Amino acid sequence: MTSTPEPAGTPAAAAGQPLVHLGRVNKHFGALHVLQNIDLDVAKGEVVVVIGPSGSGKSTLCRAINRLETIDDGVIELDGKPLPAEGKALAKLRSDVGMVFQSFNLFAHKSILENVTLGPIKVRGLKKKQAVAEAMELLERVGVATQADKMPAQLSGGQQQRVAIARALAMRPKVILFDEPTSALDPEMVNEVLDVMVSLAKEGMTMIVVTHEMGFARKAADRVVFMADGQIVEESDPESFFTNPQSDRARDFLGKILTH
Amino acid sequence: MNLFEQVGFLFSSYNIPAAFWVNIQLTFWAAIGALVLGTALGVMRVSPVPSLRWLGTSYVTIFRNTPLTVIMLFGVLGVWSQLKITFSQDFTVNFFIYAVVGLGLYHAAFVCEAVRSGINTVPLGQAEAARAIGLPFIPAARLVLLPQAFRGAVAPLGNVLIALIKNSTVAAAASVATETSSVMRAMIDQNGNLVVLIFMIFAVGYVILVVPVGVLTTSLSRKLAVSR
Repeated sequence: MTSTPEPAGTPAAAAGQPLVHLGRVNKHFGALHVLQNIDLDVAKGEVVVVIGPSGSGKSTLCRAINRLETIDDGVIELDGKPLPAEGKALAKLRSDVGMVFQSFNLFAHKSILENVTLGPIKVRGLKKKQAVAEAMELLERVGVATQADKMPAQLSGGQQQRVAIARALAMRPKVILFDEPTSALDPEMVNEVLDVMVSLAKEGMTMIVVTHEMGFARKAADRVVFMADGQIVEESDPESFFTNPQSDRARDFLGKILTH
Repeated sequence: MNLFEQVGFLFSSYNIPAAFWVNIQLTFWAAIGALVLGTALGVMRVSPVPSLRWLGTSYVTIFRNTPLTVIMLFGVLGVWSQLKITFSQDFTVNFFIYAVVGLGLYHAAFVCEAVRSGINTVPLGQAEAARAIGLPFIPAARLVLLPQAFRGAVAPLGNVLIALIKNSTVAAAASVATETSSVMRAMIDQNGNLVVLIFMIFAVGYVILVVPVGVLTTSLSRKLAVSR
């Protein structure tokens, strides 16, 4: 273990301090070293797209940031504070970090509207009336307001994922993590979800997006992080990454997916 | 006496509906106790705290694998007679409560397993989504996991209830003399020539009691199923 030079756990987020900081993060799944000395800083308002081949550790990285995956060593800080290990403090942190899953994971026994209001009412302590008003606004924004009283299974994948984004937004998160948000969608539904994500990015939401959608990375990313075999191989702005990748591994990856 | 006269004689000499009513009451209270305790145990068995998981597992191992008769006899001969723990000065009430406690403790182990099988029908992503919006373990279990788990557990819970209804006859071992199997024994002792008829009466009585429970839980489990 290597200690990081910057002071860990300073109280409030000073200007210029990253919103999300990962320092020397390591994780193993058995013998597989899935995250190897990962260093990553994400500034407030930044949109970071993580791409890379399957099994490169990008989903694990994303899930580690709200501790759905624990890490073996290293530090992960949000707003200057290290992630709590368990209990109320961890729940509090998670309420500030939105998460959008590949498989949507809408609460199957609750209506669309209830999916969006559950967190604000039960975690934030909002009055039901206010939570409903805010939820309807968000559902309007992602274009599924007319479906508010339906159950998740009655919606298409694209609609469900947009509801999932509204559910994350309802918590007013500091950052939203997207774990391959379009990978489980039918092709014709990918764009409706990406459009919502692009508009979020334009509004200045801090986003960490694991995706295979190169178009989204080009259009909305401030920075592209390329991972392979548990390591960050390369990171740069999207234009130079896609036109002039520095590493052989990235050139190889891009060559395989961009030739069609 | 023809068959109708025999049935009429038995029903007028013994209060058979009252005996069934005792078993229904035993079942009702034991079911509530077993449901509450069994659900708590089921949640303990999936909780992130290792000592709670251990406690839940140990409980199920002990109570699921001990014969109900042994638990009932231990309650009356061990806990009441030796340790002198008394629920009520009224003997009838006291033994009734002992029977309810024994039935409840025993069936809680099965409720726990039914609830746990229900929890296993809920995809992991549901719990992750609940945690991701900042719900701590207990609220996540109460608001997201258990409502879906119970819908998946209706059919196995129905099986536990059916077993409980029939097992309530073991209350005889806890000295509840007014329930069906005790009354049946008394009837046979006094009317040896009507053994087959007496058996039939109680068999049919239990079928009438249990069949609706099975039908109801099957249709409920279809109706409540969570579509994914």
